[in-house]
Amino acid sequence: MSQNNPPHTEDILLQGAKSYLSVSDDISAIVEAKTSRTWWLCMGAALAFLAWGGYCMYLTLTEGIGVWGLNKTVGWAWDITNFVWWVGIGHAGTLISAVLLLFRQKWRLAINRSAEAMTIFAVLQASIFPIIHMGRPWKVFWNIPYPNTMGSLWVNFNSPLLWDVLAISTYLSVSLVFWWIGLLPDFAMLRDKVKSKYKQKLYALMSFGWVGTAKNWQRFEEVSLTLAGLATALVVSVHTIVSFDFATSVVPGWHTTIFPPYFVAGAIFSGFAMVNVLLILTRKACRLESYITPYHFDKMNLVMLVTSCIIGVAYLSELFMAWYSGNPAEQYAFLNRIAGPYAWGYWIMISCNVILPQVLWSKKIRYNLWATFIISIFINVGMWFERFVIIVTSLHRDNLPSSWTMFSPTYVDIGIFLGTIGFFFALFLLYARTFPLIAQAELKTVLKTSAESFAVADSQNSTTDEH
Amino acid sequence: MNTKTIHIVYTDDAFLLKGVEKARAQGFIIGEVYSPFPVHGLDQALGLKKSRLSIAAFVYGSLGLLVAAWLTYYTMIVDWPQNFGGKPNATFWLNSPSFVPTLFEFTIFFAAHLLVLTFLWRSKLFPFKKADNPNPRTTSDQFLLEIEVPTTALIQVESLFAETHPLHIAIIEENTDE
Repeated sequence: MSQNNPPHTEDILLQGAKSYLSVSDDISAIVEAKTSRTWWLCMGAALAFLAWGGYCMYLTLTEGIGVWGLNKTVGWAWDITNFVWWVGIGHAGTLISAVLLLFRQKWRLAINRSAEAMTIFAVLQASIFPIIHMGRPWKVFWNIPYPNTMGSLWVNFNSPLLWDVLAISTYLSVSLVFWWIGLLPDFAMLRDKVKSKYKQKLYALMSFGWVGTAKNWQRFEEVSLTLAGLATALVVSVHTIVSFDFATSVVPGWHTTIFPPYFVAGAIFSGFAMVNVLLILTRKACRLESYITPYHFDKMNLVMLVTSCIIGVAYLSELFMAWYSGNPAEQYAFLNRIAGPYAWGYWIMISCNVILPQVLWSKKIRYNLWATFIISIFINVGMWFERFVIIVTSLHRDNLPSSWTMFSPTYVDIGIFLGTIGFFFALFLLYARTFPLIAQAELKTVLKTSAESFAVADSQNSTTDEH
Repeated sequence: MNTKTIHIVYTDDAFLLKGVEKARAQGFIIGEVYSPFPVHGLDQALGLKKSRLSIAAFVYGSLGLLVAAWLTYYTMIVDWPQNFGGKPNATFWLNSPSFVPTLFEFTIFFAAHLLVLTFLWRSKLFPFKKADNPNPRTTSDQFLLEIEVPTTALIQVESLFAETHPLHIAIIEENTDE
């Protein structure tokens, strides 16, 4: 695979001798295995977080938004920070399954399933915030332009918050069907393979009766490719629309035309970091080391490096344009970020997002899973702070000094965020126990060309020519 | 009926393709091919018609665009032409930049979902559908070629397909498929 360098033993997509059957065996072994104590421990922890988050949401709903740390100046803080952060994390899944499919990148195959699962679970968490941060969330359905007895009274299509509703619901639902279509052949494999009657019934239900006829496969590939094309446009539009929440405002520090691409780059950046974190844990827990190899992490780290540089340029552009604009409010907004009361947040953001990822220029570090894991965690922290800094530092000091204030979160703000993390991991843990973790059907198409060695199951056939 | 259904099972996609070529060359009717993954070149070998799903997706997307254009035009320009923060709304065109995100998302939404529904409908896939693959191994590692062979040619089948390296060849009795 590598041309100039001496062949890197890690530059292979599948380690060990794999046959079509052994790939299926490895994937089904995960759902057949007894649930481990570690799984239950993790699930217990995730559910504890979720319960705490649920309590905090209950408090918010029954007591009102006043239990949060928001004030009359800073009307958006942790809620929308978390929303944008979760949406951003979701973007890597679509990037991996759709964009890398369009570019025919084979290394997507072992990781796309989990990345898509991550997308769906992350966007689900994100979608909690637009509802929970409403003052009257029981009227959330008024966002839908349905004919009604008020005249009909419609929604206002000028608002980016309405575009958000359209974007997030489209994104969540399209990601879900894209994921499910890809799962059909793998559910079918499990249906035909698992021992227990109950599991056979379950996977039969989920596989929609897939049998893999030639025509089915032809359509499957056409649908996958078309959906990938649509999802690529969608993924770019969704975070663009999310960035419009800020970019279309008149707030100094928010009103910027660079936001749409810069938010999308940040989304890919944070999303890949989260994929790294999850996959390093999953490959260990589910013994998928021969499928998800250091080579995959090298590639994902490269994507992170590229997007880190893009957002680095965006940070610099913002600073340059603030200076170049000659607009004192804009200049102050950035001065306030760099040296104001939330400067610590700004510098956490700069160090985690721009400075630290520069170590990924080293191939040694890209191949080192411990380093990857730690860097990815820091990137997720840094990207959370990016959203926090953009939202809070722009709001707490803007045009009118008499309305300057500070923001600090309450335990309810923090609790809801922790709750969504618990919910996310609970869903991911359920997924990791029951779903085919690797798109094995598609992986088998590259088995002969990309595996360390391809083991033909039936030796009588191995002697003759192939192709 | 003077034909019999034959199931030829392979363990390798390359052999399956050879089997398909052989069956076509012999003029046998290919009933169905089951494979655990999309075999490159199989639809050409079988002479399958190109799928029109992507064309359908384009039509659905256009439909979504029209629905969104009508929705924004009717609600924002015709029904309640209100002043929202000074946005010009005398005509659809004047207010159109604000409608772009809506138009875009509706286009994608319609294209993607109607495409998937069409795929499921055309491929007859739905929850609770009973899987009818003759061999459960075809979803993990085996390839099954189902052909109709005239009873007169039945004795030669074994020798005809020997060079395509089948795992085994089975004659299926009529109406006893399952």
